[in-house]
Amino acid sequence: MAKTAESVKTSYQGQIHLLQKELMGNYFNQLTRCAEQGEGKAAYMLISGNPVELMLAFDLIPVYPEINALQLAVKKVALPFILKAEEIGYSMDNCAYVKADIGMFLGDRKTPFATIPLPSLILCNYVGCNVYLQWFEHLAEYCDGTLYNLDIPFMRDPSGRPSPEDVTYVVRQLEEIIEICERITGKKLDYAKLKRIVALSGETGELWAKIKALTKHTPSPFDCYFDSVTMMAPLYCLRGTEGGLRFFEAALKEMEEKVQMGMGPLPEERFRFVIEGPPPWPYLRTFRDMFAKWGAVAVASTYSTVGGLWEFGFKHDSNHPLESIASHMLEWNLTNRNFLQRYEQIRRYCEEWSADALVIHSVKSCRLFSAGQGDMREYFTKELGIPTLLVESDIEDPRYFSEAQMKNRIDAFFESLEHKKLMRGASAAGGNT
Amino acid sequence: MIYAAGIDIGSTQTKGIIINDKLEIVARSLVDTGAYVSRAGERCMAEALLKVGLKQKDVAYVVGTGYGRYKVTCGDTQITEISCHAKGASYLFPRTRTVIDMGGQDAKGIKVGEAGDVKDFVMNDKCAAGTGRFLANAAEALGLPLDDIGEISLKAKNPVRLTTVCTVFVESDIMSYLAQGKKVEDILGGVHSAIAARTISLVRRVGIEPEVTFTGGVSLNTGMVRALEEKLGMKLNVSPDSHFVGALGASLFALERAATQAGRHGEEQAGAAT
Repeated sequence: MAKTAESVKTSYQGQIHLLQKELMGNYFNQLTRCAEQGEGKAAYMLISGNPVELMLAFDLIPVYPEINALQLAVKKVALPFILKAEEIGYSMDNCAYVKADIGMFLGDRKTPFATIPLPSLILCNYVGCNVYLQWFEHLAEYCDGTLYNLDIPFMRDPSGRPSPEDVTYVVRQLEEIIEICERITGKKLDYAKLKRIVALSGETGELWAKIKALTKHTPSPFDCYFDSVTMMAPLYCLRGTEGGLRFFEAALKEMEEKVQMGMGPLPEERFRFVIEGPPPWPYLRTFRDMFAKWGAVAVASTYSTVGGLWEFGFKHDSNHPLESIASHMLEWNLTNRNFLQRYEQIRRYCEEWSADALVIHSVKSCRLFSAGQGDMREYFTKELGIPTLLVESDIEDPRYFSEAQMKNRIDAFFESLEHKKLMRGASAAGGNT
Repeated sequence: MIYAAGIDIGSTQTKGIIINDKLEIVARSLVDTGAYVSRAGERCMAEALLKVGLKQKDVAYVVGTGYGRYKVTCGDTQITEISCHAKGASYLFPRTRTVIDMGGQDAKGIKVGEAGDVKDFVMNDKCAAGTGRFLANAAEALGLPLDDIGEISLKAKNPVRLTTVCTVFVESDIMSYLAQGKKVEDILGGVHSAIAARTISLVRRVGIEPEVTFTGGVSLNTGMVRALEEKLGMKLNVSPDSHFVGALGASLFALERAATQAGRHGEEQAGAAT
């Protein structure tokens, strides 16, 4: 085992984070102008497989309560909002994203990054989580926005494929949403514009898939968990726009250059791991540094596919815009996929991205996503022989993060991986003599 | 003679071990951790040195372990207590394949390889159920010294069935049993049985393979040893040094490092001479 420092600080060394900051700044300014000056109308949506293309075709401004909640956590201002929601009756165990957002929504909706506009449309596009469904129903209670709950059938078939009826069912609902959007905005759907937007999404997703394939290189040019976050914000907030496409062109170029130069996010890549589950936003940097100290780089993450899974061949098809959006919502995002598909996705990451280990970050206030992760750990450890670490904290609530306990588990895990590496090295050296 | 030390700063107590290059334990020390973690580490080291008549400079390498491992000011490096318990348990009982470690705030299950390496591990989540703290609270609720409750629990004839393993709520459960006129030994029998069941279900996640070695402060509690043995249906290895296993493992790692350093130093000197 190498001598380890108590903490290693990491920072992103590339340029695209500056472009990301600029683009996301523009996006949040747009939200503030909408809230404070009445510029445009807002549509609330969830991240998982959303029909943002349709909203953009009507010039509706997409607003993501999940992103607002996680931004509050990153800026370390979530707890007062969580407590406010608990004061009015939300339980301690309730999803902390919901509580932070509701606490913020019921105030003046001013945050350190934007003033959040009231919604004209509240579009619950993911009903796999009944808490999310009620989150949007509650928001509709608290304002005058029109509520529409899209019913997206879960990928219940072991094949993980939707039936043709599933696709038709979702397309019919999208057609209902078009009517609602026409009513809200007072304009007819411009079909040619929708096709252009869907084409932009297709190109953006394709670039993202190419970027993610680059982490198969050793060293990986970026950390597919902690650095992916930089790219996920534009993917979700700017997908289907020229700005979003520009960002991903620049990102691909930068990452390809890094591959050429053999540069990675850390001075030395000593371990490659796959990670499942969203990050602990209030302690993102602390969490990252716990891995960085061991030279551990995430080469793939399931979290970066919550909004869409492009790396296994999906591309939005502008010739069939509604069917393509439906397919993305049904099949090509992490949360609507069944557990067998999640296993398969992680297995492919471990094999094709040459990972040494799997880390599962379980979320205390989201039993829906975390349930089954104990079995997942068993499956990967015992059936596939992949060293797996299960740690737990929360995506939003800082009260669930115990730094000493987290560090202890991560250190012990990498100590054992290091021992295995040493043993492999020793037996290889023995074999050479 | 080369000496190496391991200092294990736990949430309740700090343990120290000094070993020599024949792998003999030459000193043990035990102090309460208290609020000043660095000072506990220093006191523990000083006490161990005093016992064997050594000075700090005589100890070639020190490994810090436990929650306070980064506060071991005299430490050369830090290794988690998970690795140290596996190492220490294997030294004491070379056929160890599973370690059950119960400390003040932790319960762990460690799957151990033939070389004393960690194959897999699980720990209790952020809750002190099933740890030494649970027993301490139970002892306090009954007004008994913590050291006595294990022995008393062995006398239980009709152990109560505890409805909680919550460290906070156990006190009210005990009060309610006392109010019902239950015997103290039966209440303690129930307390030990509840923790044993919870710990075993935790450790089963890594798989329980014999031999099983029980370590940590709670392993000194004979009632807990029997409760675990009964539920597992097998004998546990328990050493008189089981409280010190983390520190012992740390000292063994320290000795390996000291040997590597001495080897490197020797090579450098040989290189300089040529």
